[in-house]
Amino acid sequence: MECTLDAQSLISISLRKIHSSRTQRGGIKLHKNLLVSYVLRNARQLYLSERYAELYRRQQHYPDGAPLLAMPACPPPAAAPPELAALPLPADTQDREARSCSAARGGAELLEVPVCAAPPELQRAPCRDSSPGFYRAAGSAGPGGGGGGSAPPGLLYPAGCDFGSGGAPHCSSRTTVLDLDTHVVTTVENGYLHQDCCSQCPCCCQPAPGLASPPPTPGTKRKYYPGQEEEEEGVEEGEPGGGGVAGGPPFAPCTKRARFEEYSAEHPQDSSNISNLISIFGSGFTGLVSRQQADSEQPLNGQLCSKQALASLGAWTRAIVAF
Amino acid sequence: SLAGFGNLMQDVLWCFSQVKGTIDIGVTEADIISTVEFNHTGELLATGDKGGRVVIFQREQESKNQPHRRGEYNVYSTFQSHEPEFDYLKSLEIEEKINKIRWLPQQNAAYFLLSTNDKTVKLWKVSERDKRPEGYNLKDEDGRLRDPSMITMLRVPVLRPMDLMVEATPRRVFANAHTYHINSISVNSDYETYMSADDLRINLWNFEITNQSFNIVDIKPANMEELTEVITAAEFHPHHCNTFVYSSSKGTIRLCDMRTSALCDRHAKFFEEPEDPSNRSFFSEIISSISDVKFSHSGRYIMTRDYLTVKVWDLNMENRPIETYQVHDYLRSKLCSLYENDCIFDKFECVWNGSDSVIMTGSYNNFFRMFDRNTKRDVTLEASRENSKPRAILKPRKVCVGGKRRKDEISVDSLDFSKKILHTAWHPSENIIAVAATNNLYIFQDKVN
Repeated sequence: MECTLDAQSLISISLRKIHSSRTQRGGIKLHKNLLVSYVLRNARQLYLSERYAELYRRQQHYPDGAPLLAMPACPPPAAAPPELAALPLPADTQDREARSCSAARGGAELLEVPVCAAPPELQRAPCRDSSPGFYRAAGSAGPGGGGGGSAPPGLLYPAGCDFGSGGAPHCSSRTTVLDLDTHVVTTVENGYLHQDCCSQCPCCCQPAPGLASPPPTPGTKRKYYPGQEEEEEGVEEGEPGGGGVAGGPPFAPCTKRARFEEYSAEHPQDSSNISNLISIFGSGFTGLVSRQQADSEQPLNGQLCSKQALASLGAWTRAIVAF
Repeated sequence: SLAGFGNLMQDVLWCFSQVKGTIDIGVTEADIISTVEFNHTGELLATGDKGGRVVIFQREQESKNQPHRRGEYNVYSTFQSHEPEFDYLKSLEIEEKINKIRWLPQQNAAYFLLSTNDKTVKLWKVSERDKRPEGYNLKDEDGRLRDPSMITMLRVPVLRPMDLMVEATPRRVFANAHTYHINSISVNSDYETYMSADDLRINLWNFEITNQSFNIVDIKPANMEELTEVITAAEFHPHHCNTFVYSSSKGTIRLCDMRTSALCDRHAKFFEEPEDPSNRSFFSEIISSISDVKFSHSGRYIMTRDYLTVKVWDLNMENRPIETYQVHDYLRSKLCSLYENDCIFDKFECVWNGSDSVIMTGSYNNFFRMFDRNTKRDVTLEASRENSKPRAILKPRKVCVGGKRRKDEISVDSLDFSKKILHTAWHPSENIIAVAATNNLYIFQDKVN
């Protein structure tokens, strides 16, 4: 079948459809949103399989990668394909192709999996569920603002994790779901099922050696770039998911940044559309789009904002239909 | 005339008969027709639109003076069935769009139909008044009460003729029974009950009782995050009042027997065709979602419509359909674009002719397709103003899929996807069809020899 859209474009189109369905007359169409969630799932499956294939190829090339390479992810879910089990995350600063832990988490999402406790040796830093923490730090390093963005590249730092005792990740952002039948309001922690926040934590909890900067304190507000003001409503004061303020800890938490810039250059509309989703979906998408991440440091070859979408996809697709 | 595609070695030739609706370039959304239905005799034809209105056409008596006119349909009654509402509790707007109309069989002089929007079903009585009483004793002709002391004599009121008036009155309102959007209603063959189906539930109603309904199907999972499919259409068996079918977004059909248990969560039969893995795409789930399900008049078959095909199933064979017809397979390579512009979510309906020998369904570019189940021949016709001369014979259309486009063919890329035929209806016993094209209703008949 000829298809002119790649998986990522499909994901962003699908998210836009879900977003716009909330404002359509007649209320949210359950049927249509369910079908869109299938497209999201299919696109992500393809995307992930491509990524893992690529990772595997890279692993062949960099057999002596950083310690992270040897680090196992969380105990893989029962049905996980073996290649998902230990996702090597090159902390090699030269390697621009770091795959975020959210990708792995995305894989884990496919399966029913209990919250995994990271191996003790990896629990050096508390880790919140990846997306918010991840990008919260990123927010601090903006163009024209903030402190820095001068953290070592390729670093996957879990900025602002509040893991606490190092047990299960503490998810502190919430999604509220209203059951239309019983009118019961349920608060879903972090917007995901716990099975979704499983295996990445050890990955993103593991800072590269040599890093000394502490994570920013939770609750720091994310810095917004111009034109993104309306998102501010979606992120409450003190909500984890806000990014670091200007002058905050200089992390380069994600190799996604530069890539995002490439993407947004091609699709300037997409990024703003997706960033608007933040106000709809709450903190789960925080950090999804943050222009100040598109820093100059290096031509990092990270993933786009839709990658976060990929990561949290399972939860969101379910949350979407959980009306 | 015999209802059938082939008739004594001669194909049916479809001719334009009438078109209702305006020719305006800019169509008001409220005028878009959202449902079309003949009544059981074919004498009446009802349409519902997005503005919540119902228009009923009545076929005029055939005139010996003008036999070629074969009974035209003229407006009989127009009324506002549903209004927009707002659910303040859930902060949801409820559209007034009429999703479905279903007629009740006629039992007296009045006509009854059910019309539904997303949330509320209403029973309407459509009746004629051509006489009115005059000569009351206690009130005068204006209706004002007379002073009893002034009455010196008694008279018997008489009925005097008046201009025919057709009035529609809502006799029952069946509300507050559906959390999700109603997609189907179906009158039971017992004529005492009917069902309404939404995305997750099907309710059984008695026509006389509006304050309660009986839930007969509930597929809502305990945890909504586990939701994998929704109900897309439902219909009662035409003869067996205990049997009904419902289709799902996963391309499956379940047949249920209400005698087995009160809650028909377990099906008696399950119809599903295994997916062809070579056709797998991002959009496989979407295009397999069934948009309509209809029993044949005989009750032996069911027909389903998904995005690209129409399928006929034998009730006695669950593992695959007995017939599959490609409606517009050339769209298979365009699914990405159709997803982007939302056309892939269009819900096409399908209908049987009176003898169950021909099936019809709509497509894009105001095309509609007919498939003869016996001869296996199919035809594509177009509802357009260009072909609107009285009794003009419709010329078959053809979509060019690739290679050199012949004259009179239209290429796939030239198709107008904003012109979609979602709703069609076939007269119960004659070759008369009603085709809804956005805000216009076309009526075609077979050529009178």
